[in-house]
Amino acid sequence: MLSFFSKPRIRGGVHAEEHKAATAALPIASNFPLPEKLYIPLQQHVGKPAEPVIKVGEKVLKGQLLAYSQGMISAPVHAPSSGVILDVNDYPAPHPSALPIRMIVLETDGKDERIAAQIAADPFQLTPEEISLRVGAAGIVGLGGATFPTAVKLNMGRENHIDTLIINGAECEPYLSCDDRLMQERAAQIIDGVRLMLHGMTNSPGANLHLPEGGRAGQPGMTNSPGANLHLPEWGRAGQPGMKTTNAVIAIEDNKLQAFLAMQAAAKPYPLINVIQIPTRYPMGWDRQLIRYVTGREVPVGCRSSEIGVTIHNVGTAYAVHKAIRDGQPLLGRVITVAGGAVKRPMNIEVPFGTLISELFSFCEVNPEKTARIIMGGPMMGDSLPHTGLPTVKATSGILALTQSELKNTAEQPCIRCASCVSVCPAGLRPLDMANNIRINQLDAAVDLGLKDCISCGCCSYICPSNIPLVQYFKYAAGEVMARQQAQHKSEQTKRLIEARNARMERIAQQQREEELARIAAKAERERLKAEQEALA
Amino acid sequence: MYVLSAIVSLTLLGLFLGLLLGIAARYLKIESSPIIDQLESLLPGSQCGQCGFPGCRPAAEALAEGKAPATICPPGGSALAEQIAALLGLDLDLSEVKEPELLVARVSEATCTGCTRCFKVCPTDAIVGAPKQIHTVVADACIACEKCVDVCPTECLQMHPVEVTLRNWRWTKPALPVASNAVC
Repeated sequence: MLSFFSKPRIRGGVHAEEHKAATAALPIASNFPLPEKLYIPLQQHVGKPAEPVIKVGEKVLKGQLLAYSQGMISAPVHAPSSGVILDVNDYPAPHPSALPIRMIVLETDGKDERIAAQIAADPFQLTPEEISLRVGAAGIVGLGGATFPTAVKLNMGRENHIDTLIINGAECEPYLSCDDRLMQERAAQIIDGVRLMLHGMTNSPGANLHLPEGGRAGQPGMTNSPGANLHLPEWGRAGQPGMKTTNAVIAIEDNKLQAFLAMQAAAKPYPLINVIQIPTRYPMGWDRQLIRYVTGREVPVGCRSSEIGVTIHNVGTAYAVHKAIRDGQPLLGRVITVAGGAVKRPMNIEVPFGTLISELFSFCEVNPEKTARIIMGGPMMGDSLPHTGLPTVKATSGILALTQSELKNTAEQPCIRCASCVSVCPAGLRPLDMANNIRINQLDAAVDLGLKDCISCGCCSYICPSNIPLVQYFKYAAGEVMARQQAQHKSEQTKRLIEARNARMERIAQQQREEELARIAAKAERERLKAEQEALA
Repeated sequence: MYVLSAIVSLTLLGLFLGLLLGIAARYLKIESSPIIDQLESLLPGSQCGQCGFPGCRPAAEALAEGKAPATICPPGGSALAEQIAALLGLDLDLSEVKEPELLVARVSEATCTGCTRCFKVCPTDAIVGAPKQIHTVVADACIACEKCVDVCPTECLQMHPVEVTLRNWRWTKPALPVASNAVC
């Protein structure tokens, strides 16, 4: 009854055809032949690109550092296999434009020789700072697709008062099933990764940043969350070190029953880790939607989720953390879903980073004649790629080869103002009004309507009966707004430079005038003295 | 009677307010319109003359008087046009505005003699160098005024379009659908 009065916990969204059955039933294939050449981009994450530390011709071992992270938000890159560095140069990036970015080309020697790694006997004896240091050094980034460096997030978790860690196992994009398979097959490792993350986010005892025990239990949201079926953790009971300040919620869409059962069984010994089922609806895996559903709290516009006491990681990230801390293995590869109508053997497959998509496609027997579009990521938010000569990176959750019949009819028709896009928008925007303003170049009006809150989830384009490419309008406008801001910034800087130059020129001229005057005065003085001496003589 | 009192009071009120306005016009007079200063501060200030006026100040004056359209400044592009239109309260049709092609000066290192002429004329100090050393252009500070190109004795300074990289690549605007003749 009470839930009748509470706010709706899911806003907008669509339920697209899932197309997951073909790959979700098959185990993760690990028999992918090691490619002869790996093309490893230096920027596979949000932030600054990594800086290479190797030389061309150098021999490297598997897991060896190839490029170190520079700056606050960055991630290092490691060698996915052993071999020789062939080149460090610009190659086409896995991006709709396929413009070149810097990559390291590694020729593998087939030995797959590993570099010696430091492994802690009991990672829970390490300090939380040490955990996030190791996670950062392993090059781990958010594997859900955002590729934000995980160590930075763990640090934020220590600095803010986080009470809930959400592990995102929604995997709401159609076709993709890599997280589903990972949860089914490697549940224990994921749970271990979650425990390590919890430990990494704990404030170290010396810092004494804990909220008082009573105060934390009374936090709004956790207790008031409408109908959340997670029981309140017992704060006092946490016997294990490192699990004091937060509890974890693993959220899995209810179309992945096997994964849910596997995760629930693996999480049973740990009372602070809850595994819950959430409704199947795209975009359930959007962090704000998930936080809203799980905790009942809404992340305000322009804020990070850590500001309301929640942090969110992907299940793949948790697995990578486990590998990094327990095995000392940096992030070298990931599970990728290869699916779509043109794929003869669709599967989930574990590949090293830098593998060319063309090699993946030949392994999965993709029919190039039937392929109408290649997509990296899911069909809703993924990027369409121009060709297959591009490498897989940390963000690659799937590669789809879609046939013409799987694509939407793109013959665009006029907007009939049916407002379907308004009702499906999970961010609560009015896509039709925004697109109309952008069409006539009124970008400021579009920004006022909330352009910057658009997450490009694609629900509006999906539902539009007139096939209007709404998301492309928003992406175009966002880029244009950014370009104008940069242009304005440049013109301000130009003005500053011109003023500085004019001031300098003025100063130099002034100095010259003064010197000239001083010289004239000195000359006059000399002549006066001379005249006096002559007069005396 | 009511009519008369209304006429008299309104006339008196009008005269009184007119007097106040007259006094204000005399004693609170400002020398130049503040809108010109505001407009000038919006304009790039590089005095490039591409608008047809001898500098940014005369262009701002023309804008304030309504003699020039908001789209007057070619280097400013549509971003500046929008700002000017917002300041002056003009309706703006941006469909005719051509975005300026982004150019940047580049030194050909093979032919640079280190004569220092170019960096003496650069209005933004975007060229660094020393006598008999190869000069170079700081691309971020270059405003594409082409003054250096004119003074270079060996023609080693040339304008090049700004290279498209992943950093400045943008999504294109969707093309409008061709109007169909279908009758509904």
